[in-house]
Amino acid sequence: MIHKERKIRVLIAKPGLDGHDRGAKVVARALRDAGMEVIYTGIRQTPEQIVSAAIQEGVDFVGLSCLSGAHNHLFVEVARLLRRKGAKDIVLFGGGIIPAADAPRLKKAGIREIFPPGASTQDIVQWIRKAAGT
Amino acid sequence: MAQARQHPALTVPGADLGRELERWEQGALKSSLAKLPERKTRFKTSSGIELKRLYTPLDMAEFDYARDLGFPGEPPFTRGVQPTMYRGRLWTMRQYAGFATAEETNQRYRYLLKQGQTGLSVAFDLPTQIGYDSDHPLARGEVGKVGVAVSTLKDAQILFAGIPLGEVSTSMTINATAAILLAMYAAVAEKQGVSAQALQGTIQNDILKEYVARGTYIYPPRQSMRVVTDLFAFCRERMPRFNPISISGYHIREAGATAVQEAAFTLANGIAYVEAAVAAGLDVDAFASRLSFFFNAHSNFLEEVAKFRAARRLWARIMKERFSARRPESCMMRFHAQTAGCTLTAQQPDNNVVRVAFQALAAALGGAQSLHTNSRDEALSLPSEDSVRIALRTQQIIAYESGVADTADPLAGAYAVEALTSEIEARAQAYLSKIDEMGGAVAAIETGYMQAEIAESAYRHQREVESRERVVVGVNQFQIPEGPPRRLLRIRADVERRQRRGLAAFRRSRPSRRAEAALSGVKRAAEGLDSVAPPILAAVKAGATLGEISDALREVFGEHLER
Repeated sequence: MIHKERKIRVLIAKPGLDGHDRGAKVVARALRDAGMEVIYTGIRQTPEQIVSAAIQEGVDFVGLSCLSGAHNHLFVEVARLLRRKGAKDIVLFGGGIIPAADAPRLKKAGIREIFPPGASTQDIVQWIRKAAGT
Repeated sequence: MAQARQHPALTVPGADLGRELERWEQGALKSSLAKLPERKTRFKTSSGIELKRLYTPLDMAEFDYARDLGFPGEPPFTRGVQPTMYRGRLWTMRQYAGFATAEETNQRYRYLLKQGQTGLSVAFDLPTQIGYDSDHPLARGEVGKVGVAVSTLKDAQILFAGIPLGEVSTSMTINATAAILLAMYAAVAEKQGVSAQALQGTIQNDILKEYVARGTYIYPPRQSMRVVTDLFAFCRERMPRFNPISISGYHIREAGATAVQEAAFTLANGIAYVEAAVAAGLDVDAFASRLSFFFNAHSNFLEEVAKFRAARRLWARIMKERFSARRPESCMMRFHAQTAGCTLTAQQPDNNVVRVAFQALAAALGGAQSLHTNSRDEALSLPSEDSVRIALRTQQIIAYESGVADTADPLAGAYAVEALTSEIEARAQAYLSKIDEMGGAVAAIETGYMQAEIAESAYRHQREVESRERVVVGVNQFQIPEGPPRRLLRIRADVERRQRRGLAAFRRSRPSRRAEAALSGVKRAAEGLDSVAPPILAAVKAGATLGEISDALREVFGEHLER
């Protein structure tokens, strides 16, 4: 039987005041080119705005990008709000200027994977596909 | 004493040289290619300019020395803006620095000055750049992270404590809130007994590129442009030695633009500022010599040197032909350069020292007036003291040991460099014509044209890296297994709390009524046609905070939302 598989839906988001959106835009486009449905929030989103967009758009993944060093607060806050809204099935990942020493703490808070500077978009595509079980 | 030897004429008459070139191509070149093909079929710069195998005088057939190069310190300034260039004075070594609180940053400034740095460059945190006090809910997690937190005049006083503001020049990377920080700087100087007239430095005040690339805008573009031109007039009247703007290609390049796009979009923004100032009633020759620029010093060495030279020549032509500037100084492009942050790798970070050195060398050969060299650890965090010292030493080695500072524009006349300079100028001019057709830079930004062009280049770059068409040493080739990086600077967790506490104490101790009256003055000016700069200075002196002054303007101007 042939059935059309539902596309993976991803929200790429820029939490906080950081305006460096090169990475976020490149990742968004690479995921789109890999056949996913991608929504990019634009810069300067609060964790509340990101969580409500994620739920409203019914996404499977939320990718957070932050280069300002505020990830420990902002990423964790997004994870907390997603849980509070009962959206535990949405998978979080992140990237940006994130020291390796911060990764364990972020993962514990519910950010499933951190992609450091130099990560390839293909690694991100493959990781998402694997996490989506496709 | 040895007599200078008589050289044969350097240029062979055109026809003969053409024949000679053909002979070489059919002979030595052909047999060499037969034995060893070239590494690639096409060698391209970041801007997609295809480099020829060989440049000769034939590539300079259209070249006119007097028209295209001239002499240093004279239009079109291709060879530099000073007659003696670095033989007179070296470029200003200015490391962009700021983190945590004013106390900690003040310590770093004193350290840098002690190490031989010759000017200050202030990095503010994002709340300060976007007009939020450190205790604003949107400042959570961001206080003191990418720069120093400055909410009050007291913070500014601590920041510059013990630094003689009449002697050092200070550059401040501040845009949407530039008027407030400039006012704070003038007020701190006044308390030090230094008059505003004597102050030297630069405020970035380039709001257009914030919509294009960097993102620290507050108000809509047209309202922001009004504040920018208010500051042009204010500096001219009260702070004549201060540069009221640094028209910046740096961030446009970091966002992914090519060298050509960087030059073109920066100059397009420059044209928009000149047009706005002229429309506001300023005489072009009264302010143009105070416009300064800021470029990226990226990795493709020859292209970068050529880019700086091309930008200078193009700007001189624009000022003369388009704006009928009469004074040569009005046509002179002075610029600061910073090595390319986006080329720093988290992998094998010590390699970044080498990258930075080559990029800085390109800036010196391109004739920069001041230079920031990035630190090796900046792909991962703000730099540690050790790293920033190595970065500063890199500049000092170029300046004092390499010899490149001892003659003006040493690469002039190199066939490849001149050909690239002309090519970059022509391609940038093509962009400028296109942007003119769209109605100018403000329109091109409002429709998202520049942003889309940059995003396209950024994506192409990424694909080239991932396909290994573009080699990034240590990232897609020559990798090694690595442990976690050592000795990164960490911003202490209590910065935000300390900053909030200081702010609360400041608010309690000030005469609130005076501050409120001064804020009404800011609003009145914003609603009318008067300059907002003097009432902002009055508000700062009356104890109004950065966030309060920004809010007063938000009420009148509204806020910009990304499309």
